[in-house]
Amino acid sequence: MEPTRRKFFQLGAGGVAATVLGFDVRKAYAQAQELKIARTTETRSLCPYCSVACGVIIHTLGDRAKNVTAQVVHVEGDPDHPTNRGTLCPKGSSLYQDILNDRRLLKPQVRRPGSDHWEDISWDQAIDEVARHIKKTRDETFVEKDAQGRTVNRLESIGFIGGCTDTNEFNYLAVKTMRSLGVCYLENQARV
Amino acid sequence: MTNGWIDIKNTDVMLIMGGNPAENHPCGFKWPIEAKRNRNAKMIVVDPRFTRTAATADLFCQIRAGADIAFLGGLIHYAIENNRIAKEYVANFTNAAFLVHDDFKLPEEDGVFSGFHADTQTYDKASWNYQGSGGPAAGLPENVTADEKLENPRSVFQLLKKHYSRYTPEVVEKITGIPKEQFLQAADMFTSIRKDGDTSKVGTVIYAVGWTQHTFGTQIIRTAAMLQLLLGNVGRAGGGVNALRGHSNIQGATDIAGIFDNLPGYLKVPTPADTDFKAWMTRITPTSAKPHEWESFNYWSNTPKFAVSLLKSMYGDAAKRENDWAFHYLPKVDRNYSWAYLFDGMYRGNVKGLLAFGMNAVAIGPDSQKNIDALKKADFLVVCEIYPDETSEFWKSPTVKPEELKDIKTEVYRLPGAGFAEKDGTFVNSARWLQWKWIAVPPPGSARLDQDILAQIFLKVRELYQKEGGKFPDPVVNLTWNYTTPKNPSLSEVAKELNGKAIADVEDKATNTTIKAGQQLPGFAFLRDDGSTSSGNWLWCGSWTEAGALMQRRDPADPSGLGIHPNWGWSWPMNRRVLYNRASCDVSGKPWDGSRKQVWWNEAQKRWVGNDVPDFKPDSAPKDHMGPFIMNPEGVGRLFVPLAGMADGPFPEHYEPIESPVTNLLHPKQANNPVVKKFSTASDKYGTKEQGFNVICTTYRLTEHYHYWTKNNPVNVQLVPEPFVEIPAELAGEMGIKGGDRVKVSSARAAYVAKAMVTHRIRPMTVNGEKVYQIGIPIHFGFRGIQEDAGRTERMLVNSLSPTVLDPNANTPEFKGFLVKVEKA
Repeated sequence: MEPTRRKFFQLGAGGVAATVLGFDVRKAYAQAQELKIARTTETRSLCPYCSVACGVIIHTLGDRAKNVTAQVVHVEGDPDHPTNRGTLCPKGSSLYQDILNDRRLLKPQVRRPGSDHWEDISWDQAIDEVARHIKKTRDETFVEKDAQGRTVNRLESIGFIGGCTDTNEFNYLAVKTMRSLGVCYLENQARV
Repeated sequence: MTNGWIDIKNTDVMLIMGGNPAENHPCGFKWPIEAKRNRNAKMIVVDPRFTRTAATADLFCQIRAGADIAFLGGLIHYAIENNRIAKEYVANFTNAAFLVHDDFKLPEEDGVFSGFHADTQTYDKASWNYQGSGGPAAGLPENVTADEKLENPRSVFQLLKKHYSRYTPEVVEKITGIPKEQFLQAADMFTSIRKDGDTSKVGTVIYAVGWTQHTFGTQIIRTAAMLQLLLGNVGRAGGGVNALRGHSNIQGATDIAGIFDNLPGYLKVPTPADTDFKAWMTRITPTSAKPHEWESFNYWSNTPKFAVSLLKSMYGDAAKRENDWAFHYLPKVDRNYSWAYLFDGMYRGNVKGLLAFGMNAVAIGPDSQKNIDALKKADFLVVCEIYPDETSEFWKSPTVKPEELKDIKTEVYRLPGAGFAEKDGTFVNSARWLQWKWIAVPPPGSARLDQDILAQIFLKVRELYQKEGGKFPDPVVNLTWNYTTPKNPSLSEVAKELNGKAIADVEDKATNTTIKAGQQLPGFAFLRDDGSTSSGNWLWCGSWTEAGALMQRRDPADPSGLGIHPNWGWSWPMNRRVLYNRASCDVSGKPWDGSRKQVWWNEAQKRWVGNDVPDFKPDSAPKDHMGPFIMNPEGVGRLFVPLAGMADGPFPEHYEPIESPVTNLLHPKQANNPVVKKFSTASDKYGTKEQGFNVICTTYRLTEHYHYWTKNNPVNVQLVPEPFVEIPAELAGEMGIKGGDRVKVSSARAAYVAKAMVTHRIRPMTVNGEKVYQIGIPIHFGFRGIQEDAGRTERMLVNSLSPTVLDPNANTPEFKGFLVKVEKA
C-alpha cells in the first residue's frame, strides 16, 4: 500500500517511541493510531498573513455530528501545496491560536458620544443606527454638481477602508456598495 | 509579480532589495534558496540592515535608506558601459529606438525635467513625448519615429545613457554609502548573465515595501524595471520584476480596486470632465503608438468592453445604452482621495464618517496621532474586527486624557467579524494566483461574516432610500443584489459574478464559439461593449467558467518542471503564469534559452504554443513584429514613460527622502522630488538635521509577528514579547547605551520609548564624506494586545513617528527613511 502522509506521521511517532523507550511499544503504537487528527475533518484554507498564501489544513472535530459545532483541534501546512509544500513559518504555525483565541470580539458594542466605555448593542440596533448615520450624512453632504455645473455625484464625507485579509468577493461587494453611495475615499491596505 | 514564487527557482542571479523575504515571506523564500542550491544562482542583497535574507546572500551591500535609485541607476550605467545589455531585446522589445521630442530636457543641471512649474510644483508634460506623426491631439503619435540602430542622440536609448552617465560608481558610493569596490562587485555579479553576448541566462529582481514606501517609490521600481528590460529579463522564467506584496490579499485588493483612483481591473475612474460614457472611454482608451512597420496589440483598446461589462455587473437592467450604461451612477473623481488625504480631510472636519473593515488605521499611520485626532472629529466610526484594536479604541489611546473624553463626540460601532478560517472566498497571492479557501468553522459568539455585516448595512440604507427618498437614490436602489440570501451573500455567487456571464447569446467568430445567455464566460475575449455581457472584473474573467471554479483547482502537477503548475488555482490573466512571456523568445519566436522553454512560435500551427499560456495575440507571426508588452500602446516595454504616465519624470532620478540628513549630491538646490507636497495641518511637522534629528529611522516587520494582529496570540507574544529599537553598536557606544536600556526615539511628530537592541547588523555609514547612523524599529506593538493590556510594555505606536508625505504616483507614505534623534530614556 502506498504510505499516506498521515500513516507516515503515525509510523514516525511509533518509531520514536520504540527507539527511545526501549521496551515493547506495541500498545503505544496502537495508541498512536488513535491520534486526534485521525478523526478530524480536513479543510483546505490559506494562511491569512503574508502574500505567499501558503496552503494550510484546518483540522476540526465534531462537525459531522448533529447539533455539534465544529471544533478546531490542529492547523498545519498543506503538503500538497506547490508553494509552501507543507511548511509554515512562526506566524502560520500559530494559526490555531488565531482561530481559538479568548481575545476575539464576540458581540457588537457601541461607544456613545462623550462616553468613556463600551456598551453592548444588539445587531439589529447597530445596523439600524449605522444605516441611519450613513443616510443622514449622505443626504446632508452629497454633491451632485461641481462648481462648473458638471455632474459628479460624490459622497466626500464618508470613507471606507478595507483590510489585507478581506477576500476578493467581499472587496467587490464593498466596491459595489460604496461606489453606489458615491464614496470617493475608498481605500485599502494595498495603498500603505 | 510578473512571475511567481516557484518560478524564482529558475533564476541565475537575484537582486533582493527593499524586501526581506527570509523573515517576512519565509515559506516563499525557499525558492530563492532552491535556485542557489540547484542552479548555483547568485544572490545579491541590498538593505539598510543585515537581515536574515542578507545572511544567505553571496553579496550583501548595506545601503543608506532612500538611496535606491542611485544604486539602480549605477547598475544601468554599468550595464551599458560594459556592454552587458540584451541588444536584440532592447532594440525590438523596448522603446529604446523611439525618438523623443526635441523640447524634452533631462534634469542633469537643476534637478527638474522640462516643463516644471515651480509655483504649483507640477509638470507640463507636453515635451515628454515621442517624435512622430498622427494620433490624437496632445496624445502619443500614431507613427513614432525610431532609430533601430539606437544611435540618434534623441533616441530613448541615448537619452537614457546620458541621463545615467552621471551615476558613476564614485557617485553611487557618495550617495548610497556603499563602497565603490563593493558596488562594482554587485554590478558585475548581476550583469554577468549578459557577459560576452550571452542571452541564455536570466536574472530576477525581488522587492517589497522597502521600495514603495518612499516619496519616489514608484520611480525606484521603474528603475529596476528599466534595468530588467535592458538586460532582457522581463517575460522570462526566472526573471521579471517581482513585488513580494506584504499581505495575503493585497494583490487582490489592488486588482478589484479597493482604492480611490481605480475601478475593478485597473480601469481609471471617471472625472468630472468626462461628461458622458463616450468621453470617459475616449480619455482612458489608448490608441496604438509605434513605428510604422511594427505592430501593437494595444489590449487596452478593449477598455469599453470591460467598462460596459462592469456597469452591467453593478447595475444590471438599469444600465442600458439609453442611460449611457448608468455612467452617472459612478462618482466623478478629480482630486486626491487616497489614504493620507482621507485622514487629512477628517482632521480638517470634512470627512464625517468612516467604515473600517479589518483595517487598523491608527496603528498603520503615518503619524498615528494625526489619525487619532482626526477620528476625534468624526461623527461616526464603524469598525469590523476580530480583536480589540487601536482604531476602534482610539479614544482609549494613552495620548487621550480622561477629561477629554466628554468632548469626543464620535459614535463608535465595533462589530465582531469573522476570521480567515470562518470565511470562504479567494485571495490573490503575489504570484497573481487566485486560490479558494473553504470554511472550517463558524464565527464565534455572535460574530458574523463580514459580507453579512456589509450586506445588512447596505440593505438597510437601501430600505431607507426606498421608504423615505433622499439624495440621488438611483444607484443605491438599482444596484444588483441578486444573491440567493441577500442579507448574507454567498461568496461563490459573487465569484461567479466577478467572472461574468453572457446576458444574451455571445458569438466569438475567431473560435467559432457561442456562449448562451446565462452561461459563465470562458474569458475576457468574450466581453462585449453592447450590453450583452457582464463581468465584475474583466481581469478575473476566466476564473469561474462553465467548467467550474478554476480557482478551486488542486492539481499539483508541473509537467514542464518550470514551476508553472497550470492546474493549481487560477492565475490572472487567463491563467498565464509569467506575464509578457512572448519576450522569452527572440524576434523570430525561438526561446532565448532552450532549457527553460515557456512559449514559442509553432510555424506549422501558425500559433504561439507552449508550457505556459501565451501572454500575446496567439496567431501573430513573429514576422509581423508585434511587441510583447501588449498592455502598452507602444507594444514594447517603456524605458522612457511618455506624457502623463508618471507624475515626476520619464526617467527616474535620485531625490532625497523628505527628511534626510544629507544634501542631494546631484543637484543640491533640488534635494527632494520636485512634485512632492508636504501636508499643512498643525499635526504635519517635518524635521531637519539642524533641529537635532540626525539619525535615519526605518521601520520593519519581524518573522514572529504579523502587523498589529499577532500581539493577540500567546505563542507569538512569547516569541517576541515587547518592542525594541535596533541601534548600531557604534552609536550605542557613543551614547553609553547598553542592550536592554530604555531609549527614547523622537521625530518632529512624537516620541517612542522602548528597549535598545544594540546590534552590528546596522553599521555606521559614510555618505558623501559624512558619518550617518541608521536605526530600525519593528512595527508590531500598540496599546491593545496581550502584553499591552497586562501593563508589561509601553503602550505606544511606532507610526506616531512617521511623517505624512507621499509618493506622487502611488500615494504611498514615506515610512522608510525619516529623521529621528535618539536619547537615553
